[in-house]
This record gives sequence, structure tokens and C-alpha cells, in this order.
Amino acid sequence: MNSMQLYLHVNGELKQWTIAPGDLLLDVLRREGYFGVKRGCETGECGACTVLVNGKPINSCLMFAAQAEGCEILTIEGVEQGGKLDPLQEAFLEYGAVQCGYCTPGMILSAKALLAERPDPTEAEVREALAGNFCRCTGYLKPVEAVLAAARVYRQSRKQVRPSGARPKAERRPALHGKKR
Amino acid sequence: MSSEHSIVGKNLRKVDGFKLVTGRPAFTDDIHIPGLLYGKILPSPLAHARIKRIDTRKAKVLPGVHAVLTYQDVPRVPHTTAGQSWPEPSPYDTYLLDSKMRFVGDRVAAVAAESRAIAEEALRLIEVEYEVLPAILEIEQAMSDGTPVIHDEPDSKGIHDAQHNLAGYILKEIGNVEDGFRESDLVIEREFRTQRQQHCPLEPHVTISWLDSDDRLVIRSSTQVPYHTRRQVAMILQLPVQRVHVIKPRIGGGFGGKQEMLLEDICGALALATRRPVKIEYTREEEFNMARSRHPQILTIKMGVKRDGTLMANKMTVLATTGAYGSHANTVQGNTGSKVLPIYRTPNMRFECHVVYTNTPVAGAFRGYGCPQGYFAQESVMDEIAYTLGMDPVELRKKNMIRLGDIDELSAQLGEGRKGLPRHIRSCGLPECLERGAAAINWVRKRETLPEKSGHLRRGVGVACSMQGSGIAGVDWAAASLKLNEDGSFNLQVGAADLGTGADTVLAQIAAETLGVTLDKMIVCSGDTDFTPFDVGAYASSTTIISGGAVKKAAEKVRDHLLRLASKMLDVPVDNLTCRDNMVVTKCECEKSVSMEDLAHYAMYREKVQVMENASHWNTDSPPPFCAQFAEVEVDTETGQIRVLHLVTAVDLGVAINPMQAEGQSEGAVAQSLGYALTEEMLLDGSGRMINPSFLDYKMLGAKDMPKLTTILVETEEPLGPYGAKSISEIPINAPAPAVANAVFHAIGVRFRKLPIRPEDVLRALREKAERG
Repeated sequence: MNSMQLYLHVNGELKQWTIAPGDLLLDVLRREGYFGVKRGCETGECGACTVLVNGKPINSCLMFAAQAEGCEILTIEGVEQGGKLDPLQEAFLEYGAVQCGYCTPGMILSAKALLAERPDPTEAEVREALAGNFCRCTGYLKPVEAVLAAARVYRQSRKQVRPSGARPKAERRPALHGKKR
Repeated sequence: MSSEHSIVGKNLRKVDGFKLVTGRPAFTDDIHIPGLLYGKILPSPLAHARIKRIDTRKAKVLPGVHAVLTYQDVPRVPHTTAGQSWPEPSPYDTYLLDSKMRFVGDRVAAVAAESRAIAEEALRLIEVEYEVLPAILEIEQAMSDGTPVIHDEPDSKGIHDAQHNLAGYILKEIGNVEDGFRESDLVIEREFRTQRQQHCPLEPHVTISWLDSDDRLVIRSSTQVPYHTRRQVAMILQLPVQRVHVIKPRIGGGFGGKQEMLLEDICGALALATRRPVKIEYTREEEFNMARSRHPQILTIKMGVKRDGTLMANKMTVLATTGAYGSHANTVQGNTGSKVLPIYRTPNMRFECHVVYTNTPVAGAFRGYGCPQGYFAQESVMDEIAYTLGMDPVELRKKNMIRLGDIDELSAQLGEGRKGLPRHIRSCGLPECLERGAAAINWVRKRETLPEKSGHLRRGVGVACSMQGSGIAGVDWAAASLKLNEDGSFNLQVGAADLGTGADTVLAQIAAETLGVTLDKMIVCSGDTDFTPFDVGAYASSTTIISGGAVKKAAEKVRDHLLRLASKMLDVPVDNLTCRDNMVVTKCECEKSVSMEDLAHYAMYREKVQVMENASHWNTDSPPPFCAQFAEVEVDTETGQIRVLHLVTAVDLGVAINPMQAEGQSEGAVAQSLGYALTEEMLLDGSGRMINPSFLDYKMLGAKDMPKLTTILVETEEPLGPYGAKSISEIPINAPAPAVANAVFHAIGVRFRKLPIRPEDVLRALREKAERG
């Protein structure tokens, strides 16, 4: 089998992996131990395998690993910062938005991409952002409430840490820098 | 009512929540096992066929292939895949591998290979010559004389009438319905049809199996029934039970689809054949084709009432198909009678059901377990009766509903495959459910103002009621074990199988409440046949009431032991001590106390005793939760689109151990039921092949498709439940579909009696209505 070297950043760490040209990003990430990336359908319909590629939510089952060359990948394992849960993770727990938890990583990552772009989303915008993430357990109400609650926390913390005159863009969390969706 | 409690009744975070939001490896497949082989099953391309010749030589010599199994290589042991208590009330009509194929997706052969690609290649190299048999796809066709027999094998057991493809038959009558119809002023008889729906857990079925260093077969699997699976796999693979170890990690949803021994037997057989670890994981397409589904039914319901709305007779006749195998055939259909008809006091009730085999995907357990079909029919006819009599549909239900103190005798007749036990109604919040639900949807006003008389968007409101059970009376049982550690924490070991429902959390809350400790003191281990005691598993809305009952008893025994130790340590009479705030404290004013941690040290290093207790629990009754659901819909008369605007669920679940989780159970059930009502259907072509086995073509509701949801927990105190709890997991899936259908009638004056109600059905019906004038 042909093999090739892949260089990319995963959760802020530079990785060099040997892959086959046809390997899917989903399979490579799971092989490398990023088990939070879930396999639900392998046809890009369920969203369980969502990761952020340069800030944009992507179904990793539809992307060749080779296409991620040089990219910044964020998986659920990288959302927690220094042992501290992200406000989205806190809100998912606090609002009962997690049941079986299989769709949860994908939902949190889709929501994270949304909040990076729309700090004050409407409920409709949250539902739009989660439209690609099927959940069979919750009926979506609690995940939507959790995302709206996390957005409030994000906005609050932004206000608190903003020194006078600082440009809002500089306060964005590095992982959230990204291309337009 | 839960205000005197500090843990029960509180919206505490899930005990397994942290690992789920951080993506820690917690599920069956989140593990690297050296030397893992990939198992694959060759599915039958034909709905009904016999293997004339099968040649696996080319597959076997493909480099990287370690085993190829056909029916010639494995023991032939009739069994059921239904994960039920022994002896299972489902027919033993299934084989590990067989020479006869009974549906598209049936097992032809299985391979284990170094990689998924090699395994798939090996399947292509297996040469099979079939004798094609005529396929029976339609329910009505199955029992006709001269129809091919699907189970013509001599060794199957428990089939009601194999020659007529009849897996099961049920007939029960209370009173005499014909007399009841004669005494009625209005008799309505209607036919309903329900479709094949699939569970669609986000995690498809997955099993990993290997031989451990003691040569025991380990099965790590996404199952709701670890203990039943252990027993069944041992029987099928002809191993002693002691040589099988089943582990249930976190499960990515089940909804009944994993109350089934589905992959564990074949995965175990491959592990035994190769002496290597083997994984079988269904793709989504395989999940649709080869896993289980909700039994499709044709229901005829005839109800008779007096002019004042008093129900006199209720006769339900069901023709259902279990697909190619009889998994849960009798019990699901029995439920369609036993949990549906008795919700209304009726002196004369009759339930008759034929469950037939067809060459279609296998049905099985699915949340609601026969009730969604029955309630769609019954609640639609109740609505029609109300409109015909000019009564408010809510009032008609209130007039007839079962009440506190009533005894439901139909349940006694329709047990789970055996004679059951009568149901005594010891708690009933149904009147309050109807009242609070009606208020939440603004029922009275909307009944007056809707539907609009003009425009192409027509709104309407509808109601439907249901009840369910809480465990199977006299059958379901569970055990729990609780052990004190020296820091004052406890290992709670339960055979119960949390499949994402929050069971671990609820059980830990019950234990913590009883012991007067905080929830973080509980270390929960669940669903492991080596390390946790027996539990039937997660089904029949049993976990909170049955497993929770066992946990409460075990915790009470531990508490008694702790109090005896503290009495000695503090020199205070036991009667004067109690557990609270992670301490044992005196009840009176002298204010002596000892922390759990100090008490644990005292027990372990002074008294040299392990505080550890276990307890078992079962009930002689199955207390029903009750539910009233209201829908407001908007029908577009130009496109036929039905949009649900608001869905209200008012549910009597007993005491909610964790209200937030209980709401979540309800909201998820509603989402599944709205899919059942409007969009979800497994479609088969003329050869029995499913034509929409993907999420693109099988439409579940997404975040944007959901209506406004209102969930009202109507708490009652159930004497048989731990801290007054009943159940919540299944009941809210029963009535959204009929509530929507009734709201659609209110909006446009058309009754739909077939699910799902598709836009094309609406347009056709509106056209026919217009033509009739």
C-alpha cells in the first residue's frame, strides 16, 4: 500500500502521521486515539464525526485525511482548556443536554463554531447550526438551551476580561479563529 | 413532595456526564486492542431462499482472512435473539447461521480478517448458489392457504402455527363486547395501519469479543441486556455460562433495539474460531437492513358508547408482522392490548391478535413496545366519538379514564407470554395531566377560535392520552451491591444497563439519598456480568422502579450497618443516629457526629469489617405512569405539509428522581414519535429490499424540524416505587402521533388512519374531500 506523511495541528499540537492516501480523516483521528470523534453513518448525514477544520465544522467521514495537510483540527478532546471545561461543556451538563453522549462532541463543536462567529445567536440560528447533528435522545430542546446559555457565559467573560480599548477580535479564543462557515 | 430530600428530586448533573462532554474513550469501540480482527457478515440479497451450494475456498485463501464461517461450521441451536428473562416468551426460531434465508439481510456467512477492506473483499469471494423461494412481503398474504412456509425447519420451538406463518396468537375478552355494542348508542369501527420504524441510535450496534488469559470469552458490547446476552451466547456457542463475560460500556442509545442479542453470538463465534479479538460494527446501512424495527400493524378497532359518552365496549383486532423472526412477537403485541385498552373503564373489552412471519426485516423491542400502534388507533377513534357526540375530546376522556383504586383485569390476562397479574392503580395523575396540558396549549380557547375559515394555512389542536407500565410484574428483577471505601465513598454496583438514559445517575441519587451522602461519593459500575450483580437489563421502563428498588434496599442495609458501627464508636444508641451530609450524626441535641470517612476508617482498621451489602428487588405489580399529550398543528392545504407548532406533554411519572433528566426522556420520546407520525418509514421494494437505508432517505427530525415543546411533570406518590417513583422512559412516545392526527382533523376535517401522514396523503385526501363536496 502507498503511504504518505501528513503534517497537521490537532488541538494545538503538531502531528506527523503516516497515512494511506485513501484514509478518511475520521479513521485516522480515531486510530490516533481521538475517540471523541464518533462514527455514526460514514455518509456525512449524522454529524457525529464533526471536527473543526480551521474553525469550520466538517464531517470527518467525508474528508480524506490527506486533505487536512497543514490544517488546524479541533476535536472534542481539545475543547477543554487546562483541565477546565469550556462554557459549552458546562452548559451541556448543567442543562441536561447530554443523554447517551454519542452526538455530544459533534454538537458541541458545531456550537463552538457558531459562537465564534455569532456571539449572540438567536434560537433559530442555534437550531440552524445544529441542523447537521442528529440526536436521537434529547429532542434538541436542552442542547439548544445549553448553547444559548453558553453564549451568555462567553459574552459575559468577554466583557469582564476586556481591557479598555482592546479590540474584540483579540479576545477570541485561539481555537475559534477560523474561516467563514 | 420531594422537598424533604436533599438528592432525590434534584436536577443533578449526570454522574457520567464529564467523560461524555469531554469525549473520553467510553463507548464499546473506544479502545485499541492489539491484533484486532474485523468481522463482517454476508447479508442475504434475497428475501426468501435456500442455500443450495456455498463455496468459501477463495475467501479463505485471501491473505489476511482468518476465518470464514457458514452454517456448516457452527452449532445449530434454536434460540430467540430477544433479550428477555428465561424462559423467553419469544419463539426459538433463529440460528447462529442457517441454510435458509428469510429476509434481505439475513446471515449467509461471516468472516474475520486483518482489516475491514480485506473482510469486505472476502465477502465478495464467497460463492453462493440459491434456490429462490417465493417471498411473502404483505402482512395479509402470510396466513393464506398455500402460502410458502417461512419457518419450515423441524427444530424451531414455540411457534404458534408454523404452517400458517403464525408466530403468535392472542385472544382475551372481559365481559362480552357484542352485548356491549348492543347496549351502545353509537358504535364506530375503523381500520388503522402503522409502518416499520427504526430506532436509529447514533451508535450502531457494535461488539468486540476476545478470549482472555483464562480462555474465557469476553464480549464488550452495546447492549441493553448484558445478563440475558451472557446466557444466550453461552447456550448458542455451547459454552458454560461461567466462560462468558459480558461488558456493557457507555451505550450510544438503544431505545429497545439493543434489547437484543444481535451481534454477540456471531462475534463470539469468530473470536473462538480465530482465537483473536474480533470486532463487528454495523454500518448505518447494515443497521437499517439487519437490526430491528417497530412491528408494523393493521389494527381494527370498534368502540361502542352511550349517548352521554360512557364507553360500553372496546374491541381491538390486530394483524401484526414480526418480520422473518419472532423476536418479541408475542409480548409487543400483547402490550398493544394490555397497556392500551384498560386506560378507559369499559365493561366489555376484547383483544385479538395474529402475529405473522413475513420475509421482511425483523421487528423487535422498540420504546413503547406495542403501545404507539395501539394508542394511534384507540385515541383516534376516541376523538371521532367525541366529535360525533359533540363532546369536548378532553371531557370524553375524563369521563371514561381509569381511576385511583381501580383494578385493571386485562393486564392479568395479558402477561408477558404467560398469565400476568392484575394492575392496581395506586397512583394516578391523569386528571391533572389533562387539566395542566390543556391549560398549557390553551385548549378551550383554541378549540373555539380554530381552525381559521380562510387561507391555505389551517391550524388545529388535538389531544391523546396513554399509559404504560413500570417493569414487568412478577418477572423483572434486579440486584444491587454497595460497598464502603475508606474515604467515605461507595462503590455502587448494578446490573442495570444505562444506555444513555441517565440510569446510573438516578440509581446513584437513590443510593446517596438513602445514605445521606452527596452524589460525588458514588462510584457507579453498571452492566458487567463479572463485577455487578444480576439485572434483567434496561427495558419495560423498569430501571428506576426495579433496579432503583434494589439500590434503595441495599443502601438501607448499608445505612443500618453504618449506624450500628457509629453507635459503637460514638457510644450513642442506634435509634438516636441518622445519616446526613456525609456524616453520621445524633438526632438529639447532644450533637455528636462522625464523618463517613472516619467511620470507614473505624470499620476497616479497628473493627476489621467490610461494610458491603446487596439486595434484590421485584414487584408483583407494574404501576402505570400516565400521560396526556396535546398538539397544535398547521396544515398547508396547498402543499399538504403538516407543521407541528407546539407539543405539550403532561406526564405522571410518580416522583421524579431527577426532573431534568425526566424531561429529557420525554422530549426525546416526543421527537421519535413526531417522526413516527410524519416522516419515518422503512420502505421496501417488491423484492423485500429496503430502499431508503440512510439518514438522507429515512427522515428523522433534526434540530430545525422540532416544534416548541412543553413538558409538565405531574408528580404523584407511587407506593411501590423507590421514593415514590414510577417511570418515564417509554410513555411519552405513545400519544404524540394520535394527538397530531387529531389536531390535523381539527384543522382540515380529514381523518388519517395510516402512518406516517405524508404531504401527498394530505393533498390526496383534501382533493377527495373537495370532490365529494
